[in-house]
Amino acid sequence: MAAATTPSRKSSTFERVARGPLRLLTHFGGAEFAEKLGLRGPATKILYHSAKTGMRAATVAASAISSTSRLLREPSRLKATPPSALFDPTPNEEQTMIRDTMRRFADEVLRPAAYAADEAVKAPEEIFEQSHGLVVAQLVIPEAFGGMAEVRSHVSGALIAEQLARGDMGLAVAILAPLGVVNAIVDWGTAEQQERYLPRFAGEAFLPAALALIEPRPLFDPMQPRTGAVRTKDGGWALHGEKSLVPLAESASLFAIVADVRGRGPRVFLVEKNTPGLTIEPERAMGLRAAGLGRLRLDSVHVSSSALLGGDDGEFDIGTLVDRARIAWGAMAVGTCQAVIDYVIPYCNERQAFGEPVSNRQSVAFLIADMAIEIDGMRLLVHRAASLAETGAKVGREASLARTQCAAKGMKIGSDGVQLLGGHGFVKEHPVERWYRDLRAIAVMEGALSV
Amino acid sequence: MNLENPKKLRPIIEQARLVAENVFRPISRKYDTAEHAYPKELDMLAALLDGMNEGGARASANHLSQDDGSASPAPKSGASTKNGGNLTGVLGMMELCWGDVGLALTIPRQGLGNAAVSAVGTPEQKARFGKSWVAMAITEPSAGSDSAAIRATARLDGEDWVLNGEKIFVTAGERADAVVVWATLDASLGRAAIKSFLVPKGAPGMKVVRLEKKLGIRASDTATLVFEDCRIPKENILGSPEIDTKKSFAGVMKTFDNTRPIVAAMAIGVARAALDRTREILSRGTSALAREERPLGSATAADAELHRLEAELEAARLLTMRAAWMADNGIPNSLEASMAKAKAGRVANEITLRCVELCGTVGYAEGELLEKWARDSKILDIFEGTQQIQMLIVARRLLGKSSAELR
Repeated sequence: MAAATTPSRKSSTFERVARGPLRLLTHFGGAEFAEKLGLRGPATKILYHSAKTGMRAATVAASAISSTSRLLREPSRLKATPPSALFDPTPNEEQTMIRDTMRRFADEVLRPAAYAADEAVKAPEEIFEQSHGLVVAQLVIPEAFGGMAEVRSHVSGALIAEQLARGDMGLAVAILAPLGVVNAIVDWGTAEQQERYLPRFAGEAFLPAALALIEPRPLFDPMQPRTGAVRTKDGGWALHGEKSLVPLAESASLFAIVADVRGRGPRVFLVEKNTPGLTIEPERAMGLRAAGLGRLRLDSVHVSSSALLGGDDGEFDIGTLVDRARIAWGAMAVGTCQAVIDYVIPYCNERQAFGEPVSNRQSVAFLIADMAIEIDGMRLLVHRAASLAETGAKVGREASLARTQCAAKGMKIGSDGVQLLGGHGFVKEHPVERWYRDLRAIAVMEGALSV
Repeated sequence: MNLENPKKLRPIIEQARLVAENVFRPISRKYDTAEHAYPKELDMLAALLDGMNEGGARASANHLSQDDGSASPAPKSGASTKNGGNLTGVLGMMELCWGDVGLALTIPRQGLGNAAVSAVGTPEQKARFGKSWVAMAITEPSAGSDSAAIRATARLDGEDWVLNGEKIFVTAGERADAVVVWATLDASLGRAAIKSFLVPKGAPGMKVVRLEKKLGIRASDTATLVFEDCRIPKENILGSPEIDTKKSFAGVMKTFDNTRPIVAAMAIGVARAALDRTREILSRGTSALAREERPLGSATAADAELHRLEAELEAARLLTMRAAWMADNGIPNSLEASMAKAKAGRVANEITLRCVELCGTVGYAEGELLEKWARDSKILDIFEGTQQIQMLIVARRLLGKSSAELR
């Protein structure tokens, strides 16, 4: 097989790698909404940059493929970035560009759509097309599968999650949900699984998918799911259990379901939506309503052996998956808290009581000062975990500290946001009541997202 | 982006830790008990630090010094970021104060006045006082946080400044070789007329009238100084003698941008000490503490509390490093320095107090240093600007308010 197919394989790999980003550039260049938002400039730059590096990588890749077809058997993994020598809390040029692009998208598209999406308990379809046009998925998919990623980019991931959640957390969860699946396949999938799914995520249409980890019980421990997988006679697997608050539950065509394999601990199974035994129903919650949350029931769901992420002997680390989800949820908390403080500052400066702005009172002003201090602390904790993760280090401690802080302080900020508006904060005329509901999610959600 | 301690500073951090562990900790209780006794063990340490500095070793524990130590090989990544004297200072101070805050405050030649001299002193002043131990005298019996209300006066008489007034809470006021004294040239002109002056020990008319007995940091002496027609040479004014209503006071306050992160670092050091010790004590009685990654809901109450405190401390630590990093990179950091000081001050106080509580009578009794750390930490939420002053600074900046609007 190798000898006969190598030449064509070689050229097709080259074309895919080199043209992937260029094709996206054309695709993106045509998106009208991008034009309208003035997003084309920054996004084009991202694409240009990745097209350039993609070309370079393609040349290297093409020369590396000699007589073997090892690409067929070896999965692509993203490389770690060597740790920087110096302390530097700022994002680099590329990260800044990505952040600013997402910020505008959040301000001009997500925020205006948030109220209706919360009411409808559903994200509008065009949001997915638009966010997909911003090449969010391509940033984490390796070049070999039509994406642009070469190295781990958890910092960019955290910046994206923060900015999108600044627009609206529910919509951000909907938009980012497929990345939970993509990241898992990139990190642990077999070559076949990567080949099968990743190009679909990198394609021109948004592919709804979600990671299902949390289970509906108090004191749930993500390291010890009770959903189980049992080997069947035909060499496949039968899955039993229940997963709660899965984003995009009703629209997803693919789920990455975490289940315990007896004696071997938790593993991920790739389950397509129409698999018999899998029932899905909507599960509304206090907040994150735009995310289309739902409950998955698995009653003897039979899947083939190829559904086990990474295969029988593959490596998988539930801790890493949980860490990356915690970074993502922490980043979302930072974004929504930033929305809160950006809203209450002008409000309290304008709102008059006793003949002067309410912000002239220390009891009001100090709540706002506190918000700013805690948000900066939360952001630094999230960025520390994300930047350390990029070096390939284990970040169990850092991710956990980030989550703890973001859950506690995020909720306080959400609550103070409503308080500062008084009765006006309690009614839906202002978004602070939605942020209050959304911020309660940070302490509750595990998994579902990742950076 | 990188939020780890930079590699090049690891040897310094390590050295500061060795000092904390081997010099400070063994005498920590001794000078807490023997308040006002001079910790002579520190003379040796100071000599050692001087020797290291003269030897050109940047890897010294001379953390509060002006030298910015940033002349390291250019980073490979092409980043132009600097990790200089301010970051070195806070990281070193965290370690020293893991040992003992009071002793760290009384290392000869490392006073807050030294920071002022290096921030706003002329080259001539730096040469004259650079090797001295310089204390800082701002607070008066009726003017604490409101430093614009100070009443000590300075008047030019021929070739001398003549100072009159009383200063309280002067850290190392008796031990230092000189004191930076804040005084007004004309009380009717408000902030703009406030200047600082270098007063050498033994200047005629300067007297140490009292040493305070305190809640904590007892190893560090806290003096009351009185100035009665105290004469110092004309050139001992720090900064310009002009009364410029636009910038003068801001210039004096600028010192705080560098010193507040240092005090935040002290808070982080003592809180780290308390958390470390509490973990040791608690893990003795129970089986090993649960892994931090576990959900807090199913952890023991003590584990969950330690984890929460750890997260608070980590937030304070990163805020402090950021403020110092900004100073190193010439980015205005008044806001961030206040944020760091506010967060670190209150968090350290909370952590040290909670650690006493978590350890029960073991924490409360003098057999452990936990009760001492809980006493020491309180001052860190007070000096160099109280919690409330930091909040005012932060709030005014965020809300775009003057000190007349948000009082």
